[in-house]
Amino acid sequence: MTIEVIKPGLLTTVQDLGRFGYQRFGVVAGGVMDERAHRLANIMVGNEADAATLEVTLQGPTLRFGVTALIAVCGAEFAARLDRTALPYGRPVLVRAGAVLEFRGLGRGCRAYLAVRGGIGVPAVMASRSTYVRAALGGLEGRALQKGDKLPITPHAPGWFPALDAALRKSDAPCASVRWSAGDSAAGAATRPVRVIAGPQWELFSQETRALFVGTSFRISVNSDRMGYRLSGATIKPRRAVEMISEAVAFGTVQVPPDGNPIILMADRQTSGGYPKIAQVAAVDLPRLAQTRPLEPVRFTLATLGEAQRAYLAREAEFALLRESVDLRRRT
Amino acid sequence: MLDVVPAFTTVALHYRPEAFADDPAVVPFERLAARLEEILTRGVGRRPPPTRRMEIPVCYGGEHGPDLPQLARAHGLAADEVIALHCASPHVVHMLGFAPGHPYIAGLDKRLAMPRRATPRLKVAAGSVAVAGSQSTIYSLETPGGWNLIGRTPLRLFLPEQDPPCLLQPGDEVRFVAIPAKEFGPLREAAWQSAR
Repeated sequence: MTIEVIKPGLLTTVQDLGRFGYQRFGVVAGGVMDERAHRLANIMVGNEADAATLEVTLQGPTLRFGVTALIAVCGAEFAARLDRTALPYGRPVLVRAGAVLEFRGLGRGCRAYLAVRGGIGVPAVMASRSTYVRAALGGLEGRALQKGDKLPITPHAPGWFPALDAALRKSDAPCASVRWSAGDSAAGAATRPVRVIAGPQWELFSQETRALFVGTSFRISVNSDRMGYRLSGATIKPRRAVEMISEAVAFGTVQVPPDGNPIILMADRQTSGGYPKIAQVAAVDLPRLAQTRPLEPVRFTLATLGEAQRAYLAREAEFALLRESVDLRRRT
Repeated sequence: MLDVVPAFTTVALHYRPEAFADDPAVVPFERLAARLEEILTRGVGRRPPPTRRMEIPVCYGGEHGPDLPQLARAHGLAADEVIALHCASPHVVHMLGFAPGHPYIAGLDKRLAMPRRATPRLKVAAGSVAVAGSQSTIYSLETPGGWNLIGRTPLRLFLPEQDPPCLLQPGDEVRFVAIPAKEFGPLREAAWQSAR
């Protein structure tokens, strides 16, 4: 009842929506970098939004399915193959026991998400299956996947998507899938600016500095990871040096350390920080940022909290609609 | 509500907007803010946290506290005097942050105040007891760090198998107790056994 890791890829980890309820103890929330792609993949296989998926980064793994499994891959556009067939993207795929899934060249994006119906069954630690490598917490032994690992999954129970079960039975192909898909999954952040809301210390920055922050095409530094994206392109400094008292930060908080190069805090951010927070990335735009690679450009545009939250709620409505439409299609 | 995170002077609420979206005309943040305002106006009962007195054994100086001599020199004190002052002061945990179970501890004797190191160390051992500004801390995990290391506790600060998952909590009164180097090994062995 496992998926066996033949090649681990660059950084493949088990992730869910994050470890919440423990940030007051300094425990990092973590979780998926691209919540949108993770949730789309889960919707495609009928999982709850917080079912654990595999987050695949830049260079994908090779995996052998020990059992038949219903899967979906969303997010970064890898050329992936199941045995000798191309893996259909962004849709439910019923994989035959014994088939080998190989992630190959990467097109657009940075991270792909592999959902398996029933979720990746690693034990929950502090109410989450997310891997936090720095504290060796959650996921598979608190680390990225290694060659020879066996990921527990629940055996496939036919009946949820009868047409796929029948199609796999009738053919000898390594998988059965459908013609429809979740649609575009990994539009690069470079194409459109990322919406930000003025941060708690916005007023500490001069008019000119704020204009510079919004007007600059920054570049994501190579020293960027799941914890934070370091930006270069313009020096952003407050009007005068400030002594800050540490307070909470969030996914998408843009803080400015003394050197003036902004840092966007990402999924594995610390729970608190003491640098001035010039802005907060709108949650709805974090997935595009998560799909932007080191050395790619990123630009910001200012939005109000109201605009950001309305856009977020509109996306939630799209998720609900998509879930209903998948439900309708799998029954017929 | 996902998380409530108190810091020194603020309390942060992490929430999912869709949980406060029952009225399409009202932005979720406004909705939540109005509800909090209502609750706070009504008044919340004061629940003083139970006072716990925690003793933290520390092996000061030597390999465990490489910055102790420099700290002593900067204040014209002998190393023993620094240790005596650090052990004598009543300390209080103000918040946890930076890393899991990592405490910010107030109450440092003014005579020991010291700015952070100009260049942070890339690696600080778990359990290292350090001071910076007017505070003390104990590194809960091996992480980079810029505070001045004066000693090391054999105790484990982050306890993922327990709930709450940490040795110290905000409000705890902390007293540091100096231990000789030969006691460090056995105490550490005992404290870290359950982690394996």
